[in-house]
Amino acid sequence: MPADAPLLIVEKAKGALVLAAPDPAAIDQGLAPGLSLAEARARISDLAVADHDPTADETLMEHIADWCDRYTPLVARHGERGMMLDITGVAHLFKGEAALLDDLLARLAGFGLTAFGAIAGAPATARALARSRKPVIVPPGREAEAVRPLPVTALGLDPARVQALRRAGLKCVADLIDRPRAPLAARFGADCVERLERLAGIAEHPISPRRLVPAALAERIFFQPIALTDDIAATLARLAVDVASLLEARGEGGRHFEASFYRVDGAVRRIAVATARPNRSPKAIARLFHEKMDALSDPLDAGFGFDLIRLGAFHTEPFLAAQANLDGHALDDEAVADLVDRLGARFGPEHVQGFVSSDTHIPEQRAKLVPVFSIGDRPQVWGGGLETGEPPLRPLSLFNPPEPVEALGEVPDGPPLSFRWRRVLHQVARAEGPERIAPEWWRGGGDTPDRDYYRVEDRNGGRFWLFREGLYAADRPQPRWFLHGLFA
Amino acid sequence: MSTAKATLSALRQRIAAIETTARSVPPAEAASSGSAPAISTSRAGRIALDRDEVDLTLGGGLARGALHEIHAASGADNIAASGFSLALALAAAPAGRTIVWVRQDYAAKEGGELHADGLQALGLDPAALILVQLRDPLAVLRAGGEATRCGALGAVIIEPWGEPKALDLTTQRRFSLAAEISGVTVFLLRPGARPMPGGAETRWQIASSPATPMAMNAPGHPTFDLTLLRHRHGPPGGPWRLEWNRDEKCFQRPTLLRDPATLSRIEPAPHPAERAPFRLAG
Repeated sequence: MPADAPLLIVEKAKGALVLAAPDPAAIDQGLAPGLSLAEARARISDLAVADHDPTADETLMEHIADWCDRYTPLVARHGERGMMLDITGVAHLFKGEAALLDDLLARLAGFGLTAFGAIAGAPATARALARSRKPVIVPPGREAEAVRPLPVTALGLDPARVQALRRAGLKCVADLIDRPRAPLAARFGADCVERLERLAGIAEHPISPRRLVPAALAERIFFQPIALTDDIAATLARLAVDVASLLEARGEGGRHFEASFYRVDGAVRRIAVATARPNRSPKAIARLFHEKMDALSDPLDAGFGFDLIRLGAFHTEPFLAAQANLDGHALDDEAVADLVDRLGARFGPEHVQGFVSSDTHIPEQRAKLVPVFSIGDRPQVWGGGLETGEPPLRPLSLFNPPEPVEALGEVPDGPPLSFRWRRVLHQVARAEGPERIAPEWWRGGGDTPDRDYYRVEDRNGGRFWLFREGLYAADRPQPRWFLHGLFA
Repeated sequence: MSTAKATLSALRQRIAAIETTARSVPPAEAASSGSAPAISTSRAGRIALDRDEVDLTLGGGLARGALHEIHAASGADNIAASGFSLALALAAAPAGRTIVWVRQDYAAKEGGELHADGLQALGLDPAALILVQLRDPLAVLRAGGEATRCGALGAVIIEPWGEPKALDLTTQRRFSLAAEISGVTVFLLRPGARPMPGGAETRWQIASSPATPMAMNAPGHPTFDLTLLRHRHGPPGGPWRLEWNRDEKCFQRPTLLRDPATLSRIEPAPHPAERAPFRLAG
């Protein structure tokens, strides 16, 4: 098969292979999407055929969208093959709109992609012009003029209505734009008018960016791509200084930072760190990234180098400058918060936990372990039996679920005389109880039996927290014993 | 004879010089790495245990800003070792300071999760605890090392399970050096490990011991049998029996009888079969 044979991407539709995307050479020879492969083969004998892979297409588009971030933080996907960039206020960084568009299209062409672009004051206008494959830049306020020569398909209506418009003799946008809107709306639907106005730049229609816009952003562009770990670390440290000063000007601190690494070949890698409290210390931020990058399971692959590194603070909160008390307490709190951040960056924030009390008396639900991050300054209520001189009434460690034990009791509702836990027999020397903990019927726990808890000590000095589930009664199943916790 | 003595003293001086230089380098490193402000010196001192025999053996109490290793006498005593470590951490930590407990996941699987109410029952405000639970022993040691370098903490408990290879003499020395610099007292809790020579200041073996009973023959305060297996600056000692007093945050000798009024109600270790059945409630 010759190398320059037309390439067809085929997909399965209704049990037959149908062309999904013929390449330009194939289109030149008269093949169109929707044609069956058999028919295409009948017309042209040597064809290269590949399967359509929508997931791969989607991944590629996501990669391109990530890459487009280098031009503006406001990037939106549009349809399957479209990308919308809001370049308000950023064009001057690339020496003007025309230069920006040229640079973007040239780089995409460099990746082997065919792309068309247009710049206009309204997203719909730019999109329609780009789809008509005209690399135009519409001067401000001239949108209506620019779209006049476009065919009515530029409105993006369904085929039935496009045909209806054509039958009415309305072939291009110019035929529609000067007409009164009411009859158009009555005949072709209200959204026809809506689309027309968006196309002409009359109606506002904002894009919805894929990603959050950072509150503070700093970047470094490299003429010579960098790849060394030390260079990257030094760059991050410098960017952290820039971001910190931006945050300082706003009187804020960041709680979520993200570094983006734009590789020469178009791949973009993002690394995020989060902090327990608003932070704007460049040293601390750089250190967090250092920890995080050290612990990455798939290390940062510099390939041929990064030509753009960017650091953004996404989630910001008012920053209260720490004032050192006489005892240095505030500084201590900060040092501990920094430690939490470092441990979180290295081992994952979900592994650095603190206790949060909850309003229940079921022992295993009394406290939740949550990332230290998410704990606010909420007051916590604990109840471990804190009267002076009272021994601990709650165990140091708790088994969840409770472990079943075989217990031997003297009287049906008394403490056990002995019990067997993990195949070891414990002779009970002392016991206290029962302390009844009933299920919370108001939370739907009414069906589970009551628990009678006993604190017991065995002959060797081991202290245990046992409970009996249910009561001995003629018409009920035999109650079971469980070991729920261990006292120190 | 005198020449030998002179050589010996000269050698000692050289070792001392080496040790001081080795220790004077890291503070700069600690400062550059963004660790806590220098508050370590004010906390230098000793933690009193029983203000009696144990403290005498230790030369005035347990050293602060050092590494202490705690073993359980048997698998059943792991909880006692945990409780003892926590009690020591509480005795070591100045009021209001955070305690970091780095735990290997397996410890929780084997011995149960830490219970907030139970922590409070031993005297720790659960909000003052940061619990780092990790699966990998190496990660546990790294996180423990990181915490040890933070001088703003009250105490650090590091609890790997068993005998991980990574926990060698070098690692232990590193912990003690870091503890010395930051002033944080570090307790290396060793469930499932045999006592082996290491770099710790002291090494303990803990067993749970029958507590002095409360009224109505109820189990009493946490009581431990402790043996000092090794002490860098003195002879080993023990066994001793100490009871943890949550209210005073100190250890005390268990009193035989807590309250004369309960005297008549406490039978000296009755055999369960002979004990008259009684109902405590209901």
